[in-house]
Amino acid sequence: MSERIDVSIEHRHAPPEDGARPHPNTCPGCGSHYRDDELDAALRVCPQCGHHFPVHARERIRQLADEDSFSEEASELRSDDPLGFFDLRPYTERLAEAELTTGLGEAMVIGRAAVDDLPCELAVMEFGFMGGSMGRIVGEKFARACESAAERGVPLVSVTASGGARMQEGILSLMAHPTTAGVLASFASLGDVILAEPGALLSFTGPRVVQQTTREKLPDDFGRAESNYRYGHVDEIVPRPELRATVARLLRLFSNAAA
Amino acid sequence: MPPREAELRLRGQLSRLRSLPLLRGARLEGELERLQRQLEKIVAEPSDEEIWRSVELARNADRPYTLDYVERLFDDWFELHGDRAHGDDAALVVGLGRFRGRTIVLLGNQKGRDVKERTRRNFGMAYPEGYGKAMRAMELADRHGFPVISLVDIPGAYPGVTAEQHGQGGAIARSQSLMARVRVPTVACIIGEGGSGGAIATALADRVLMQENAIYTVISPEGCAAILWRDAGEAKKAAAAFKPDAMHCLELGVIDAVVPEPEGGAHSDPDEAARLLGDALGESLELFDGISGDELRRQRRVRFRTIGQLSTTA
Repeated sequence: MSERIDVSIEHRHAPPEDGARPHPNTCPGCGSHYRDDELDAALRVCPQCGHHFPVHARERIRQLADEDSFSEEASELRSDDPLGFFDLRPYTERLAEAELTTGLGEAMVIGRAAVDDLPCELAVMEFGFMGGSMGRIVGEKFARACESAAERGVPLVSVTASGGARMQEGILSLMAHPTTAGVLASFASLGDVILAEPGALLSFTGPRVVQQTTREKLPDDFGRAESNYRYGHVDEIVPRPELRATVARLLRLFSNAAA
Repeated sequence: MPPREAELRLRGQLSRLRSLPLLRGARLEGELERLQRQLEKIVAEPSDEEIWRSVELARNADRPYTLDYVERLFDDWFELHGDRAHGDDAALVVGLGRFRGRTIVLLGNQKGRDVKERTRRNFGMAYPEGYGKAMRAMELADRHGFPVISLVDIPGAYPGVTAEQHGQGGAIARSQSLMARVRVPTVACIIGEGGSGGAIATALADRVLMQENAIYTVISPEGCAAILWRDAGEAKKAAAAFKPDAMHCLELGVIDAVVPEPEGGAHSDPDEAARLLGDALGESLELFDGISGDELRRQRRVRFRTIGQLSTTA
């Protein structure tokens, strides 16, 4: 049997040994700490080092869409519990807790919106809702977003922050980043244009599983937006402050089709 | 196309221009002069020296490249990166932009200006990844009904080991095949070197233009000389023999029109070169307004089927 190599992941910013979690407003990139209002004012991008903190779905919509242009659709949909699923706690309890902490009925928010006066459909995932996991209702909502966009002939802009979202024709996709280490961001990428925020993790298989399965030493930027760009999977890496303008530019180009 | 026909067409263009009310003002005068010059050139067969001058001008290090035209001709340019499979080939750029009021998809070969950029862009020689990216862009254009503009300037597809391992030949073939199938108008212009299969991969268009001093070849003059004369130094003779210049390509029916360049070549006045190229591209696209996708495909097939047709079947 061949010698086995050490497969432990090296965390540059490992969580403290005692298990205490770093404060969510402490930058994992440079250690700077911010008040909520400071971070919000900077679009939740670290003013010191440019680290992109995660953005909740509602906040993301506020950042992207024109003021008061967002009209939510299918907000009434809730997951049920067809299997009577029970792990450490009942599934229904987890759902209720997620709804309580995020204020959302599911891990995806969809609705009509305008960006720079250009109409579009938004489908934004919420990583805070059970890790942005895609269940029946997320699938249903995404399908409804596609249909709503197709019916009105407007582009679909989806912001994903987790795995499994299957992108369809005629959409712009935007990859945001689930920051929690070890979470796999998988993304079936059929968007006409794929943008990613700096440092976003997009890989079919997460680094830990890849390393443990293949026993290869992984490059530092494995699965990051930057490496995906190099390997031809992402059209452009767009820092959050430029995102709205970039999306608007693309919407303008795509809306011109019939002209 | 026999020379006579090309001449007739130019004469036709000239008389049309003359009869136009002076909408475009002084610019039209320049246009007339240029057409007149072209006509004189067609009537007078280009000499071997003139052909070689084209080769040199086509390769001039200061000649405008794709991105030089992009910044002058397109608004809202958004470059797309990557073939969504293996890599992003910097030798072939693709993107979305607005050209004269409509969204288009652009494909273009791109060389570098300094040593660093030349290396990064592999001297403009595309890998299969580049053709993969071009195909993705053409599919996007097809899906959304955007016309495709292709600016061709490639010494040849990259002839390296990795390129072979990644399937260079197949990539070029599939790119041509896709370009023959798309249901949107396509216009290609050779703006420098049109090097063989690597060029045709993105030049199988409804309308193929060529700048006055560009060349369109089956092989580089040096390569041809090395094979046939067994001496790459005989490139001048080779070029004179296979006549890669715009006027000869027009006569042969390989291209549809010649785009004039400013006096001295495109590099002497890139702004003017871009204006002339823009006008030619714009006029070409207008030709296909209102034609259905299926009809475009049919006409495209006829166009390429009849190039170099045997006289017995013509």
